[in-house]
Amino acid sequence: MNAVLGRRVTRLEDRPLLTGCGRFAGDMVFEGQLYMRIARATCAHGRIAAMHLDAAKALPGVVAIWAGDDIADLPPIDFRDPAATALAPYRQTILARERVRYIGEPVVAIFATDAYIAEDAAELIEIEYDEYPVTLDASGPLGEFAPGLQTEPIMLEQGYGDIAAAFARAHAVIELTLKIGRHSGVPLETRGAIGRYDAANDILELHGAAKVPHRNQEAMARFFGRDHAHLHLHEGHVGGGFGIRGELYPEDFLVCLAALRLGRPVKWIEDRREHLMAANHSREQEHHIRAAIDKDGVVLGLEDEFFHDQGAYIRTHGARVVDLTIGMLPGPYRIPAYRAKGHMRLTNKTPAATYRSPGRYEGSFVRERLMDAVAGRLGLDPIIVRQRNLVPKDAMPYARGLGALGTDVVLDSGDYAGLLDKALKRFDWRGRQAAIQARRAKGEYVGLGICMFVEKSGLGPKDGARIGVLPDGGIEIVTGSASLGQGVETALAQIAADTLGVDYRSIRVIHGQTDRIPYGIGAHASRATVLTGNATHQAAILLRETIMKAAADLLQLPVASLLIRDSIVSAREGGHGPSISLRDLAVQMPDALHSEGWFHTDHMTYPYGVHLAQVCLDAETCLTKVESYLVAYDVGRAVNPAMVEGQIAGGFAQGLGGALYEEFRYDERGEPLSVTFADYLIPTLHEVPALDILVTEDAPSPLNPLGIKGAGEGGCTGVGAAIASAVADALQKPEAVKTLPITPQRLRNMLRGPA
Amino acid sequence: MSETRSISLTVNGRAVAADVEVRLTLADFLRQNLRLTGTHLGCEHGVCGACTILLDGRSARSCLMLAVQANGHAITTVEGLAPNAEQMHPLQIAFQEQHALQCGFCTPGMLTTLTELLRDNPDPSAAQVREAISGNLCRCTGYNSIVDATLQAAKKLREGVPG
Ligand code: FES
Ligand code: FES
Repeated sequence: MNAVLGRRVTRLEDRPLLTGCGRFAGDMVFEGQLYMRIARATCAHGRIAAMHLDAAKALPGVVAIWAGDDIADLPPIDFRDPAATALAPYRQTILARERVRYIGEPVVAIFATDAYIAEDAAELIEIEYDEYPVTLDASGPLGEFAPGLQTEPIMLEQGYGDIAAAFARAHAVIELTLKIGRHSGVPLETRGAIGRYDAANDILELHGAAKVPHRNQEAMARFFGRDHAHLHLHEGHVGGGFGIRGELYPEDFLVCLAALRLGRPVKWIEDRREHLMAANHSREQEHHIRAAIDKDGVVLGLEDEFFHDQGAYIRTHGARVVDLTIGMLPGPYRIPAYRAKGHMRLTNKTPAATYRSPGRYEGSFVRERLMDAVAGRLGLDPIIVRQRNLVPKDAMPYARGLGALGTDVVLDSGDYAGLLDKALKRFDWRGRQAAIQARRAKGEYVGLGICMFVEKSGLGPKDGARIGVLPDGGIEIVTGSASLGQGVETALAQIAADTLGVDYRSIRVIHGQTDRIPYGIGAHASRATVLTGNATHQAAILLRETIMKAAADLLQLPVASLLIRDSIVSAREGGHGPSISLRDLAVQMPDALHSEGWFHTDHMTYPYGVHLAQVCLDAETCLTKVESYLVAYDVGRAVNPAMVEGQIAGGFAQGLGGALYEEFRYDERGEPLSVTFADYLIPTLHEVPALDILVTEDAPSPLNPLGIKGAGEGGCTGVGAAIASAVADALQKPEAVKTLPITPQRLRNMLRGPA
Repeated sequence: MSETRSISLTVNGRAVAADVEVRLTLADFLRQNLRLTGTHLGCEHGVCGACTILLDGRSARSCLMLAVQANGHAITTVEGLAPNAEQMHPLQIAFQEQHALQCGFCTPGMLTTLTELLRDNPDPSAAQVREAISGNLCRCTGYNSIVDATLQAAKKLREGVPG
């Protein structure tokens, strides 16, 4: 039928958001709620010597104040997936005990009847510290996390092929040291959490959940020693996720614990300053990469050793970003021999975890700087060097010989060279080269840059969905997916509508409510549309069969002669035969019209992309202006092209922030310097240029019936790499750009040499 | 407890009177006291624009104002933009059609800011639209769809077509 799958329909989500009727965490009010405020460490590394809480406790309206000792019976926040035992001692407790390790670490929790009073109380609290030396450079000498525990909990290593032989027969060896700055998702809505205890039913609730409500339910149930049935997470509207929202943080546990112990709902809404020093950071890595190449620029072997700045504790993800960086670094290139070592290092900064395109934004920057360096060294065209190294279309599926996220990396389908051709043509790369020559002749610094990359999506093992006809004839899909603003309701409704022959607007999609369905993968790592989408598709097929059988019995017609259109089942031929609406059918058989569908997969699916950029450098102000930009991305099949483009455009803006503006900086004492929007610069409309987007569907995934590959991250993945490539080209120094973001200060050094 | 004062003002055409603490921000007054939670807080330091409301028709950041400063003034929030419960404002419709929102957190501030623009300048250029919302942060859309939506709404409004 294909009436609505693949079409640019408007979103089901929009109306309440446009009219101010959304329900974000901050909008929720529960009878008798208390407000929590956190007093945070003001010392980056030290022992808590004394706490002065009395003045705060005496303030009218303050109900309770807790420090680490008051909740010493509780375990640290655990990893969501099984992790190496070596990581366990580095987990964070929900309030600091004895030692603090980053500025912003929760030390004291205040509960009061009013948010303003809670804040007043926090200001009356004084904590004294004996300061310890701080560790701020992840690639420097090891420091001490705790007595007997060094700041490198783990080093991960993977590789394949004969790396020694590759270097032995190399025509040349290229070595680079490259750094990626500390960025994060920084959603426009700060975090928020409301804990509530329903004593009548013995159910503990967390409102303000996001991303992975069911996985978090498991983790919280373990933490509190409660059965699943007695702990539920509820997602309302979520003002952006990007990997960082919806992780489990100390504050999520604290509001729940306080709801239990104080017997009242407890609400916490983060302020922006807190967000920038307490929510997960990401990205910061330093790579030392070496490539063995032949005389044509073909990479024979690649060796990388990098240092990942994890910040002060290891949070719910364990070593995932290090693992992903290693597993995905080779990208779209063959690279016959490869070895990578990733050192996970603790420092006295805000803890880090995943942010949109984790490991791939970093790895793409490293790999693509290397490709440009190869071209530069050999005097070859950077496009030709890339073409010579690509995995060819007929080699698919292509087993990488590497793992990531516990599964083998097997590139499922793709025509990398084909997409490159399409992108170059669309961008008029050759035409631009000529125009740029002319501008350079007039003294302008203009350049073109490229990044090719492979993304990953649709990690298994499985997800399910339930679908049913409601008594009013509408359709309800119940999933354990999560909505972070990406349009998952619309996408799932489109998939089901197509199979069922109903208007997608008559479908209601439930997500993020652990009491409505016992399972669900949530929304992260571009998984929702692939897994939950295919499960919904399966459920819709089963429901359709049930509807058809029921209608065939009632109408006394063979199933094969029926169709469903606009929620009415009727005979395929002629308009005058008998018919029945889904509503009447639901009234007649109230319990029959529902189904459950599942989708299982052992492997991830790999979308791929090309980013092309044109930049102009201002030699006076040392600002980089992005003049044109193209994202070409193959998503296998787009459920809603407008939403795919929206994901790409938003990802691009975030990637641009990381390429040019955003950076969490610290002074030498570990004091964070980027704690307002005036210091942590997320791109405004002034910085974001018009963007050209080319979504292709040349390589549907063979791994799922819909052929979908996730589209959430590819807009972001290649931006740092492509902008760096363009800046280096503008400077006519292929190896010049070694650090992201390319701030005016750094550009100045490249233009004029270090001051 | 800090000192309180009586204020009276108009919010979305409705007269409102209240006793408020002097230190209460206008944003908190709207969100907590009046339960108009469409006005969002993204930074509370005047940078993101999510909290933008119209004060006597002029855009203002409600996180930077005190409730007492609104005494005697007329305020419009995002809840007051649509002509009625069934019909959305042409700008809201255009946002939906152009996919100019994702999470929707910045949207109320975008809509109020752009309402002011389109009232003052019914036929803006793309550059003027970009200038008008250059002080509003959006972390989801990359902004260009918002510019497109605004131009579409301006056209519809000029043609007098509802939506
Ligand atoms: S909340 Fe007012 S400008 Fe950000
Ligand atoms: S739509 Fe999410 S911040 Fe703008």
